[in-house]
Amino acid sequence: MSDVAAAAVHEPALGFWRGYVFSVDHKTIGKQYLAMAMVMALLGGATAYVMRWQLAWPDTAVPLAGWLPEQMAYQGIIDPAFYNQLVTMHGTIMIFFVAMPLLLGAFGNFLVPLMVGAPDMAFPRLNMLSFWTFFVASVVLLTSFVVPAGAASGGWTMYPPLSARASYTGVEWGINLWLIAVALEFASFLMGGINLVVTTINLRAPGLSFFRLPLMVWMELIAAILFLLSVGPLIAGVLMLFLDRVAGASFFVPQEGDPLLWQHLFWFFGHPEVYVLLLPGVGAVLEILPVFSRKPVFGYRPIVWSTIVAGVLSFVVWAHHMFISGIDPRLASPFSVTTILISVPFAIILFAMIATLWRGAISFATPMLWAIGFIATFLIGGLTGIYVGAAALDIYFHDTYFVVAHFHYALFPSVIFGGFAGLYFWYPKMFGRMLSERLGQLHFWLTFVTFNAVFLPMFALGFGGHMRRIADPTAYTFLQPLMPLHRAATWATIALLLSQLPFLVNFLVSLRRGPIAGANPWRAATLEWSAASPPPHGNFAVLPTVYRGPYEYSAPGAPDDVCPQDAPPSTREVRAS
Amino acid sequence: MLGWFPRNISTVGGDVDALFAWITIVAVVWFVLVEGALLWFVLRYRRRPGVRAAHVRGETRAELAWLLVPALVILGLDFAIDAASARVWRRVKIDMPAGEVQLAVTAKQFAWTFGYPGADGVLGTADDINLDAELHVPAGRDVRLVLRSADVLHSFFLPNARIKQDAVPGRAIDVWFNVTEPGTYEVACAELCGFGHTTMKATLFVHTPEEFAAWMASHAGGQPG
Repeated sequence: MSDVAAAAVHEPALGFWRGYVFSVDHKTIGKQYLAMAMVMALLGGATAYVMRWQLAWPDTAVPLAGWLPEQMAYQGIIDPAFYNQLVTMHGTIMIFFVAMPLLLGAFGNFLVPLMVGAPDMAFPRLNMLSFWTFFVASVVLLTSFVVPAGAASGGWTMYPPLSARASYTGVEWGINLWLIAVALEFASFLMGGINLVVTTINLRAPGLSFFRLPLMVWMELIAAILFLLSVGPLIAGVLMLFLDRVAGASFFVPQEGDPLLWQHLFWFFGHPEVYVLLLPGVGAVLEILPVFSRKPVFGYRPIVWSTIVAGVLSFVVWAHHMFISGIDPRLASPFSVTTILISVPFAIILFAMIATLWRGAISFATPMLWAIGFIATFLIGGLTGIYVGAAALDIYFHDTYFVVAHFHYALFPSVIFGGFAGLYFWYPKMFGRMLSERLGQLHFWLTFVTFNAVFLPMFALGFGGHMRRIADPTAYTFLQPLMPLHRAATWATIALLLSQLPFLVNFLVSLRRGPIAGANPWRAATLEWSAASPPPHGNFAVLPTVYRGPYEYSAPGAPDDVCPQDAPPSTREVRAS
Repeated sequence: MLGWFPRNISTVGGDVDALFAWITIVAVVWFVLVEGALLWFVLRYRRRPGVRAAHVRGETRAELAWLLVPALVILGLDFAIDAASARVWRRVKIDMPAGEVQLAVTAKQFAWTFGYPGADGVLGTADDINLDAELHVPAGRDVRLVLRSADVLHSFFLPNARIKQDAVPGRAIDVWFNVTEPGTYEVACAELCGFGHTTMKATLFVHTPEEFAAWMASHAGGQPG
């Protein structure tokens, strides 16, 4: 720990409740989001396991599921209605209760104030309120599993009229609670998003101009803005659907209402939301690549502009989810054009990532493996987006496993590869200790192989025309030849889930036993590494002043291969300027 | 990869499959180029003692060309794919032939009902014949369907014909297809519609025109519309 950092340690005695539970410290709140995301991820993984078993060996008892109550699974055999609940809750949990709290809640909260050189978020109490609103949302969602008739079962997109009348699903309170949970979740991230935006704009350290911001901060900022601009219509939609259910309204039920209105509201939010989940993962990767190749990021400004362009485009592509929904068919091709156009900014970002490696001095610490794994897998998600973005081909692929494989290849790289890249990279900053490299590398390789083994077969299922969200593929003759793929994907899913054990062990054991990290174990240049590990309350002993961009690695003539953003200019630099 | 697809039996299916093949060629080329560059850089530029990384920001015009030139190529390919897709889309979903056979399809939890014109040869009259779960059509004739739903969203999916269209309560949506190979095929529901979604199937019977006329005469007592 440096002298500066040591002087900063004047942790006020807050006691357990204010220190760890109702904390206003952005770092504690970030860790609370992280803990929630990890707990919910276990549940999301469990739902995947049960679904995968049912698909591979339909109507056989799911191992370890014998304890489930009869309305879900009779002696471990999954009821079709419960299967629909699993489909719905898996998507809801993974998107809203794992990806959002991990990428925006945990990373956004923990990193943004540190990276902009601020003592905390702009609104610490609002930050606490955001987390506890999210906590209540999570409890409401979990409660829906145990109410009579079970959890929501309309799919994570909750399309009416199926979701608008209890008689269509048999689910009463499950869907009501789902709507309440999602509305609370949106409110939470609205508050959190405002906090991220204001913190980034107003609390930047002296000298930290926008184009000196670390790209992670740019990505969190743009993600937060996309969320703020897109979620309003869906909050209104959720309220309307709630009224349809509990007050007999007919916003989405004919003849008075229109089911397609919901789809417009949902996807006007839903597509920007994809980038809300994608950008922080991209940001984590872009922080890690320069550190472990000891090079500046290639094309900082093109990356920022590309991200902004992709963000703007994301507001005019939503109908690509609705090509065959019954909208006017003349609308499809224009939305195809805007959708496929998004390949351009994201290609620039991917090329910039790869060019960052060019002529680098690359080392393969665990965070770097995850970052490279992100590039390798996200490319597949991007390329397969062209297939479903082309409206004519979407006629065949819509609502098939091709779509399932595509969006898992788009989101898993960001949330899991980007998420683990970030966790392995910033764990030393969060907890002051290093993770085990050996367990980290094992975790990466197992996850990389098993992830591909789960989702590559799903592309082939999609080629075969296999519909999503059916509980028993053997019901159709034309799906019979695809059963070996289902069984392969299920074995791989079990392996993928077990592959997370090295991480859990590593994470928990290293909290107490990991080697002490020091302020800057990776020899990185951004501001968070100038604070102690973990940073004390208030983060910096003296608020830093920034003199240069975030990725000053291997500058010619410089004695060291890294020049931190807040290191005063050397005589060499002064002379050069 | 087309080998995984169910056998195509419709006049438009070949267009859809060709679009798939051509996007696949583009995607595979880019996949190999990008993964190749990634792998090469990772192996070639791994850290060696005494070798320092180059200080390249990628902000000069010459360096930016490495990002922008491939991006321009992608932009061109995007528009080519858009144009190809729009042509096929127009054929399947916009320029619908009047149809030599007119049928009504009604989806409800969890069954398909197919309505045939009765003796008067006109749909929507009292003598219509409704059949559950059996869709009979003649081979090589344009078939026009009007798709409706009685309750929730469903999706009318003919895997072998590469045809899919959601059924929306409150709307009547037109669908057409022309299947050329006699035989029996499956009709699926592709939109989650409740606990019986998995079982919401029907059978597509493609008859020769003569067989179909005979079938209509015996079942519907009338002429195909």
